Amino acid sequence: MSDARLALADGSVFEGRAVGAPGHAGGEVVFNTSMTGYQEMLTDPSYAGQLLTLTYPMIGNYGVDAAVEESGQIQPRGLIVREVAPVASHPRAASDLATFLAERGVVAIDGIDTRAVTRRIRQHGVMLGVITTDPPEAALERVRALPDYDGIDWAAQVTTEEGYGWGSFARANDLRPAVEPRANKAVAGEGLGARRKVALIDGGVKRNIMRSLTARNCDITVLPIDATAEDVLALEPSGVLWSPGPGDPQVQNFQVEEARKLIGAVPLFGICLGHQVIARALGAGTFKLPFGHRGANHPVRDARTGTVTITSQNHGYAVDPEGLAASAEVSHVNLNDGTVEALTMRSEPVMTIQYHSEASPGPLDSMGMFDRFVELMATAEGTA
Amino acid sequence: MSKPENVLIIGSGAIVIGQAAEFDYAGTQACKAVREEGVRSILVNSNPATIMTDLDVADAVYIEPLTVPVIERIIARERPDGLLPTLGGQTGLNLAVELANAGILEKYNVELLGTPLQSIRRAEDRELFNDLLAKIGEPVLDSEPCETLDACEAAAERIGLPVVIRPAYTLGGTGGGIAFTPEQLRTIATSGLAASPITQVLVERYLGGWKEVEYEVMRDGAGNCVTICNMENLDPMGVHTGDSIVVAPSQTLTDKDYQMLRSAALRIIDELGIEGGCNIQFSLAPRKDVRDWEGDTGEPLPYYVIEVNPRVSRSSALASKATGYPIARVAAKIACGKTLDEIPNAVTERTTAAFEPALDYCVVKIPRWPFDKFALGDRALGTQMKATGEVMAIDRTFEGALNKAVRSLEFGRRTLLWEDAAWRDAKAIDLTATDTRLWALMAVLRRDVPVDEIATDTGVDPWFLERLQRIVSVERRLLSEPLERDLLLDAKRMGFSDEMIGQLADRLPEQVRELRLQLGMRPVYKMVDTCAAEFDAATPYFYSTYEQENEAIPEPGESTVVLGSGPIRIGQGIEFDYASVHAAWALQDAGRRAVMVNSNPETVSTDFDTSDRLFFEPLDEEAVRNILENEAGETGDAPTSIVQFGGQTAVNLADPLWRAGQGIIGSSAEAIDTAEDRELFERFLQNLGIPQPPGAAVRTLEEGLKTAQTIGYPVLVRPSYVLGGRAMEIVQNAGEMVGFLAQAAEAAEGRPILIDKYLEGREVEVDAICDGERVLIPGIMEHIERAGVHSGDSMAVYPPVHLNAEERDLICRYTEQIVLGMGAIGLTNIQYVVLPPDGSGTPQVYVLEVNPRASRTVPFISKVTSVPMVQLAVRAMCGESLESQGYEGGLWPERNLVAVKAPVFSMSKLADVDTYLGPEMKSTGEVMGVDVTYEAALAKALVASDLALEPGIPVLLSLSDRTKPEALPLVHALHDAGCELYATEGTGAMLDALGIPATVVTKVLSGTHPNVVDVIEDGTVGCVLNTSEGRLTGSLRDGFHIRRAAAEKRIPCFTSIDTARAAIQTMSGTATPEVARLDEYVAR
Repeated sequence: MSDARLALADGSVFEGRAVGAPGHAGGEVVFNTSMTGYQEMLTDPSYAGQLLTLTYPMIGNYGVDAAVEESGQIQPRGLIVREVAPVASHPRAASDLATFLAERGVVAIDGIDTRAVTRRIRQHGVMLGVITTDPPEAALERVRALPDYDGIDWAAQVTTEEGYGWGSFARANDLRPAVEPRANKAVAGEGLGARRKVALIDGGVKRNIMRSLTARNCDITVLPIDATAEDVLALEPSGVLWSPGPGDPQVQNFQVEEARKLIGAVPLFGICLGHQVIARALGAGTFKLPFGHRGANHPVRDARTGTVTITSQNHGYAVDPEGLAASAEVSHVNLNDGTVEALTMRSEPVMTIQYHSEASPGPLDSMGMFDRFVELMATAEGTA
Repeated sequence: MSKPENVLIIGSGAIVIGQAAEFDYAGTQACKAVREEGVRSILVNSNPATIMTDLDVADAVYIEPLTVPVIERIIARERPDGLLPTLGGQTGLNLAVELANAGILEKYNVELLGTPLQSIRRAEDRELFNDLLAKIGEPVLDSEPCETLDACEAAAERIGLPVVIRPAYTLGGTGGGIAFTPEQLRTIATSGLAASPITQVLVERYLGGWKEVEYEVMRDGAGNCVTICNMENLDPMGVHTGDSIVVAPSQTLTDKDYQMLRSAALRIIDELGIEGGCNIQFSLAPRKDVRDWEGDTGEPLPYYVIEVNPRVSRSSALASKATGYPIARVAAKIACGKTLDEIPNAVTERTTAAFEPALDYCVVKIPRWPFDKFALGDRALGTQMKATGEVMAIDRTFEGALNKAVRSLEFGRRTLLWEDAAWRDAKAIDLTATDTRLWALMAVLRRDVPVDEIATDTGVDPWFLERLQRIVSVERRLLSEPLERDLLLDAKRMGFSDEMIGQLADRLPEQVRELRLQLGMRPVYKMVDTCAAEFDAATPYFYSTYEQENEAIPEPGESTVVLGSGPIRIGQGIEFDYASVHAAWALQDAGRRAVMVNSNPETVSTDFDTSDRLFFEPLDEEAVRNILENEAGETGDAPTSIVQFGGQTAVNLADPLWRAGQGIIGSSAEAIDTAEDRELFERFLQNLGIPQPPGAAVRTLEEGLKTAQTIGYPVLVRPSYVLGGRAMEIVQNAGEMVGFLAQAAEAAEGRPILIDKYLEGREVEVDAICDGERVLIPGIMEHIERAGVHSGDSMAVYPPVHLNAEERDLICRYTEQIVLGMGAIGLTNIQYVVLPPDGSGTPQVYVLEVNPRASRTVPFISKVTSVPMVQLAVRAMCGESLESQGYEGGLWPERNLVAVKAPVFSMSKLADVDTYLGPEMKSTGEVMGVDVTYEAALAKALVASDLALEPGIPVLLSLSDRTKPEALPLVHALHDAGCELYATEGTGAMLDALGIPATVVTKVLSGTHPNVVDVIEDGTVGCVLNTSEGRLTGSLRDGFHIRRAAAEKRIPCFTSIDTARAAIQTMSGTATPEVARLDEYVAR
């Protein structure tokens, strides 16, 4: 009962059923191996311009709940799954996934052999693809007509148009606070001194970053990605968080320049795209990974202590430490492929991580990174 | 600590309910892992039917009773510097704690490896554990540890009924339960206190209807923590997880729920300081329309930590197979000092053990309960586990995995379509937790009972019910719509077998198969790779599904498929997994690729590195034919199959595979048929001139009565083609025959019922290996119990002690004639009954049964004779003669040792099941005692099976008239040994006449006290000798209450004079036995 298909740039076509909104969707086909958190992923701005394949086969089991969204809209161009669950069951479920996809206008396809798609991407790297009801030849034609993913400034498309204060936004939208391990609750908000002002550069930020900082007594002002270093410093923040976001860090030349001005001037925490931008500002390069790191099970080793932490990841590019300033060092590496996972600076208050301490979805084991950021700010205040 | 040099590993002993084959899997992996680390491994286990007790798995193997004095002797001899306590189940853990408490570890400088003793105590002692939870801010369920009945009642009063009663330090929830009423509270608390080795139970608030979720976690000595797998139970809180249908990963948990519980789990193992594997059970708030709960603040859902197992468990075996992550192996390496990131991931070979598996499929586990054998047992499920084994199935959807798991159960031919006949006209179908609840849920859904109503009634999350509802809707389409491509594909994707589809769409299974193949609809096989295809993995571990891409591309070289034995059940235990594993290894030695098919997650056979390729699939005709076709690939040359190692499961596949034109190596389908078809078999033996007890195969009651009258009562009645003597009974008269034939007819499933003259002689058993020309008999075993007790429930001795040379020779001659005459290639098991020589001194040997397949005794005989039986059999099946393998025919020279195999029962866990030994098998496992004399070996076997008698123990005697004469010498022996005797009325009269003092206690339970049950329950007697005439079964049988009381009280209860004689003989010899390695005994 195939009525839709997924066509890939290498000419392969997978048959499935159309679900969600009618229409066609094209983009870079990527896969995520998390077994839970589909709604968080669907609202993660880092998926802009992509078709998201979920490797877990039954998606939608616990329905949807607006409170867990990571941004105000659906971010990937389309969703590729083995099965959109016909049944949703959870105390917090407000609706089921199929209805949600249709209402939000998301093109999706199910009935797909997602493991076959994943294996193809793993073997040949990420590639462009199209979800469509067109016949196979026309579908492949649509793929050929797609623009190259790498050349586009996706972050500029997902950033906030104007700056805003997170606290009033969250109150206005009745957003729930962050879920953290019970052990962290004692830490968060306690012994951290005064409330602090954090400027957040939004290249595609996830709400759980704001929630996590709010839990640590931070007032957050979110700035669009074209904010200059002067705009940022004008807020007189205790620290700056450079957010995650989609796309190739090589197109972020403007922000690399701005970041350079912020290093040393204010405590700086970069996550994912933010980490890559700051790394470039410190002289490092970046490169595209064959099929990215997307999942909730990536082991990261602390180069100093040897401790391994399981992290949530979602990135298609990685930092090449070649050229990194002597003042900076690689503090964490990926245990699987040795890629750079975090940087610190020896004498400046700068920390960056490639993975997602805000989790959502994924393990909460790195929530402590937000505490470290708070400490970084506290230390900087002490020495200032 | 620094890396140890010699490590002692304690196994889990006999297979019992709550502690099954998973610990052979864990122990075997651990031994291999320890060896890889360059550490010498010393293994002790009393269970011979295990791979771990093979001489080449550990560096030193002791098959000795698992007691503190015995292990102390081993420690004194081997001087290990480390002890690995967390891989032998609760048995191993308890022993380690006892060794430590007794100061033995300190005395010999043995360090506990892995999880420290302090952590074990903090996890197992509820008070300490609750303190720990409170300290780290985790929610603690209101509970109270109690050591007396009064304390239990006070606690229940405070907490409020219903409450859960959990005995401390027991496995499988033995003795515990849920009390809804004060009466239940008293009953359960009493049995729970008795079951706990420290006489302590926990009285705990009952969270009925809440979700039950488990996490399998690992932590290394450096503090790195990972989650291997989480699992969600279909059955809500209240049903033991071992008795629950379990799904992996969780299905109804959001990422927030999942991570909240995961963080809690890691926090707990970190605080405990676990070094190795650990299992944590949580209870999570359900939907409010299922069970209302208070205090919702819009915060994360409330949860409670229910239990922690600071060791490798049944759940970790399941998690290992569900994910591909070898938990026991990694735990053993952590115990040797490795950190997670230093241990390579054996699946991907390029990542490490420091990661969390990502599943891209759904796993369903269903327990296998023994109620096909114990139809009169209490089938209600609660906190005490009752299942003997389990099956697992994998597919891309829950529906697919569930249907395949049900197909794997081999509970008759019961698919998900089965309904109890009583439901047909029932007004309401019982949905309480029993072994048939899954089918009951399907039945009410078919009757349009709304899902929300069922959910409220049962506490089962509507998600599962809606999924079942989807299966029902496909059933309806199959009943009403034309069987076209889309419908067929929907059904196949939901795991419907061709047979089920045929049943609904009115076709023969073969017609459905043909239609399917015409449409090009074949299953593809996907790999279990721990990483959802993110990394290129080389694991040859596959499951079927109906999708696009096939990953199990046939590989070059000659392959042979080993059909495994499915779930562990009474009658088909771990012995058959042992044989299957050796078959795979033998094929590899013979230069062939070994392909394993099995559905049991607890076993060594389903370890991905046991074979060249593992298919985790049901062992039914369809699944096996699909695999054979897949392996044939485009050449069309399917591999051959071996059916003789997987018990009756595999043997039953011989005929369908043969009809489907598939090649079988070893005994042909015809040979199997000759052995199983009564008439063919009778003619066959007649032609050879070998006697068997007179009898016939019957199909009706009239035929049965006529046959029995002709040959004379007592007669043995049993269905053909079943294993473990299911529905088998000795029938004394026509009245009993009428009742029993009906029961046997149901078990026979349309096949004939066999009626034989019952000969009450000495039973002897032989396993033989044949290459087509020569017959090698590795050993003869003599049963301690006379014929009439199922061979699986009998104690057996190697070499035989009572056979004379003529009898021995005759048995060997018959064996050769039968095996060669039948054309059996590979292994054959033959059971004989030997009667005393007739007047002229001619031996009288009758054939009882021939099974042209590996038997339950293969591991036992292989170990004590050192003849690699499965290896020889497989190579013979591959065309290598015994001679070319260095063996001659005939009886293998007897070893200068004595080994006694003893059965072990799980009767305390199965309420209302009669423990009386008879022709129907009841034991769940076995132990072995090995030594240089019969007495010493017997003593060890009795100690290991908990039947050893303390000198002077008070004994209750209740003897049937028929057995009184034989019991006389035993009564005298007990009296002479200073045992205080108690007797029921009739037996008391006999003792009185003999002038032996005895206290008479009445059998009448409604009369005066103390009665027989009282003296057992209050501990007045420590042992029971009870014989009864086989008149009725179940609770109506004479002495039932005596035997049940003894089972509940866990004291030896002998129902056979022969077993009792053996135990009384060895009563004086209870000093700690000498110990030696198995190879030392064998080499003597």
